Amino acid sequence: MFELLINYGPRLLDGALMTLQLTFMSVAIAASLSLPLAILRRSGNLFWQAPIRLYVSFFRGTPLLAQLFLVYYGSGQFRPELQELGLWWFFRDPFYCALLTFSLNSAAYQIEILRGGLQAVPYGEIEAGVAIGMPRHLLYQKIILPHTYRIAFPALGNEIILMLKGGAIASVITVLDLMGHTRRVFSQTFDISVYFWAALIYLLITSGFVLLWRQGERRLTRHLHRQAPSKQAAAPATTSATLEEPTHVR
Amino acid sequence: MSAKPEAQIALQADDLHKSFDGLEVLKGVSLSARQHDVISIIGSSGSGKSTFLRCLNLLEVPEAGRIQVHGEELDLTRNHAGNHSKRFQQQIERTRSRLGMVFQSFNLWSHMTVLENVMLGPCMVLKRNRDEVEAQAKILLNRVGMLEKSHMYPDHLSGGQKQRVAIARALAMDPDVMLFDEPTSALDPELVNEVLLVIRELAEEGRTMIMVTHEMRFARDVSSQIVYLHQGRIAEQGPPEQLFNNPQSEHLQRFLSSQY
Repeated sequence: MFELLINYGPRLLDGALMTLQLTFMSVAIAASLSLPLAILRRSGNLFWQAPIRLYVSFFRGTPLLAQLFLVYYGSGQFRPELQELGLWWFFRDPFYCALLTFSLNSAAYQIEILRGGLQAVPYGEIEAGVAIGMPRHLLYQKIILPHTYRIAFPALGNEIILMLKGGAIASVITVLDLMGHTRRVFSQTFDISVYFWAALIYLLITSGFVLLWRQGERRLTRHLHRQAPSKQAAAPATTSATLEEPTHVR
Repeated sequence: MSAKPEAQIALQADDLHKSFDGLEVLKGVSLSARQHDVISIIGSSGSGKSTFLRCLNLLEVPEAGRIQVHGEELDLTRNHAGNHSKRFQQQIERTRSRLGMVFQSFNLWSHMTVLENVMLGPCMVLKRNRDEVEAQAKILLNRVGMLEKSHMYPDHLSGGQKQRVAIARALAMDPDVMLFDEPTSALDPELVNEVLLVIRELAEEGRTMIMVTHEMRFARDVSSQIVYLHQGRIAEQGPPEQLFNNPQSEHLQRFLSSQY
């Protein structure tokens, strides 16, 4: 079991790097797409709303594998046209196809997550910004988006983990990510323990990510926690005086 | 404190109309506040007093009427159809920045500290120098007795403390007129006084203020003028002694007797 790791460990690590690259590039592209689309989706503008809803329901309503095949094999059907447009280099490469599919898929989910976050921003706080004459871009920058991302943060983390694991299907179209390398090693050695090692690496990556995300969440929600350095918190909690003192912790 | 005839007009509203879903809430309300005026708007619930106050800084955009602040006039009738124009929007934002609004539910930005709450407007909207703004913010927080809590977040404050911060935040914009929308209605009874005390001080130093309030005794004490709204119209208006001692209409009599 362990000599397998010695012989093939570097290849699994290569695959893990590819998985990380694919996941985080997709998620980053999706994140930059999803915010403007979520805002448009919430605006009263019907011209934008309908296509965005269609897009979201298509990508959430069909299997990721089907979407991947559609892009990778589907684009092959249009090879002459794509060559003419000068896009063939993109669609012939399984990595790019996976990147495109995963980005579009993740963006669809992130739009819905952000839409919920935007909806949950306390309206009074927006109004307070309006009342001091803040223009719209400042309202978003200073009030709406900080709340939106705090509210959406756990769900976004969840979406990234799902993408990381869902990304394993890229191996089906020959991308040599962690799963891709694992399958290859297995086909060469018939040693089932390679899947065990792959699972362990996935677990390590997701655990590391969860820890990191939790740190971020703690930072974003620091205004909801009791503050340690203040004098009030240092006071003994047993005296009746502190009991009368209102303690506002949500 | 009472308005001298020659005092300059700080805010003028003419013939404001506002309806919600076909229900006419304001049926042509006009008000003019001279500098150093303290005007209290009273009336039973549903009389349109909060809506009127929110129309003054265009949190609700009236269907018709004119508002004049700082010599700049907004004609809301003319722009009603075309009020998406960028110029008009900027004009509205400028007007808002000259009116300091204090809400019933405080509406502090919960993700910012007390100090950041007070500094955001002057820094980002008025684009003033950060160090100056910070110095001024601390003076204001000291005035409302909240300087020690300047690094706390709103969720750790009591209602009265939040409202005092909200007042400092509005003052930081150096507004021409302060608007108070029932500033003590969401407070526990024992916290009302600390807020009223701050408002009273502002009145005494000659701030122009318009407030919607249910604190009749307070309104009577600090106001130079009382406006009584009834069913979307100004039913009575005048100095506090006149309105409280000698109400003309039966409904004002009934309203006042229900308040004590």
